[in-house]
Amino acid sequence: MYDSGKIIAGLLVFVAIIAFPFVYSMGTDIVKPEPKIDTPVIQQMAVKQCVEPKTFMRREHMQLLNQWRDEAVRDGNRVYVGFEGKKYNISLQNTCMHCHSNKKEFCDTCHNFMAVHPYCWNCHFVPKENKL
Amino acid sequence: MSMDRRQFLKIAGISTILGIGAATAVNGLRNGGAEASEFEPGPEALKAKRWGFVVDMSKFKTDEDFARVIHACHSIHNVPDYGNPKDEIKWIWKDTYEHTFADQEERYMAGDRKEKPFMVFCNHCDQPPCVRVCPTKATFKRKDGIVMMDMHRCIGCRFCMAACPYGSRSFNFRDPRGKDDNGRPFIKELNPEFPTRTMGVVEKCTLCYERLAKGLKPACVEQSGGGIVFGDLEDPNSEVRQLLGKNYTIRRRPELGTQPSIYYIVGGNENA
Repeated sequence: MYDSGKIIAGLLVFVAIIAFPFVYSMGTDIVKPEPKIDTPVIQQMAVKQCVEPKTFMRREHMQLLNQWRDEAVRDGNRVYVGFEGKKYNISLQNTCMHCHSNKKEFCDTCHNFMAVHPYCWNCHFVPKENKL
Repeated sequence: MSMDRRQFLKIAGISTILGIGAATAVNGLRNGGAEASEFEPGPEALKAKRWGFVVDMSKFKTDEDFARVIHACHSIHNVPDYGNPKDEIKWIWKDTYEHTFADQEERYMAGDRKEKPFMVFCNHCDQPPCVRVCPTKATFKRKDGIVMMDMHRCIGCRFCMAACPYGSRSFNFRDPRGKDDNGRPFIKELNPEFPTRTMGVVEKCTLCYERLAKGLKPACVEQSGGGIVFGDLEDPNSEVRQLLGKNYTIRRRPELGTQPSIYYIVGGNENA
């Protein structure tokens, strides 16, 4: 192989750069986000059940919210038939945030961890702002 | 194992067809119908084929009558007041006869109708020009005739404002949640049950779609003391059709073919 020294040295540098973030964060503990559901409304519920099962909500809440938006705004369907046939009023502000009134400890913990910035709150009210 | 070109093409073709077929079958089974039944309009929701209004101007006598209706609408929908006419946001407002009925050529009218202001808001046209020009379908016509806005989709191009012949649309040049130079918030009292808008979107009257869903009449109708009557234009027995049958009414710019659904009773019924 021609110039083997240069090529191998270059490859080593390349691997070192690629591996740097992994090596750098190896020692540090990654704190998994744990969204809290200990709000007054949820505490009072006999069965602590969201509109759909927890695993579904955790994975698909964004799709569900988009679907809710389209149905409520575009087709005027304001009632969602959820888990076990229970019916809910479709509203982010008045239904979701009624129970999950702790946006900082619920929404933001995961969103910050995943570095996603949904723009819901540019228009919709965060429950805390209700007290204004 | 050796393979000639013909054999290779056969195998490749068959496996492609099988692959696509299987994927379609699996997808078809997964989305099997259940979605449509998951959403309902709600038990109390008011329904119509086409919502419309009759505005009886004789019921709007004083400035207070106008202000009460405007306040009812603007306060529950968090409509900002930017404090200058250039940035003004209006869902329902009062305007002069010349501006409201720019096409009417009558020099003289019964009473002092021409000198008095008119109550104007979105006409929820049957052929809405704003919907035709919207490039993102952020504004659209619902099945019940409401010309609606989906604020999530609005990109702020303002084509709809250029298209609307009634000036029913306003653009948020500033952040509605902001404050003016004196620290006064643009929205005096926030209604926590209704969202605000954001800078860079167009907004307009939504015919109180959120109230209709709960079985309530639009806020302006409720506060107008009979000045604004609301109902289904396609139902011959509805209150609006009864009024239209008995009174002489005019509409704004009907010659444009937009089929506005607000009818104005302007008096002079004795001779009509």
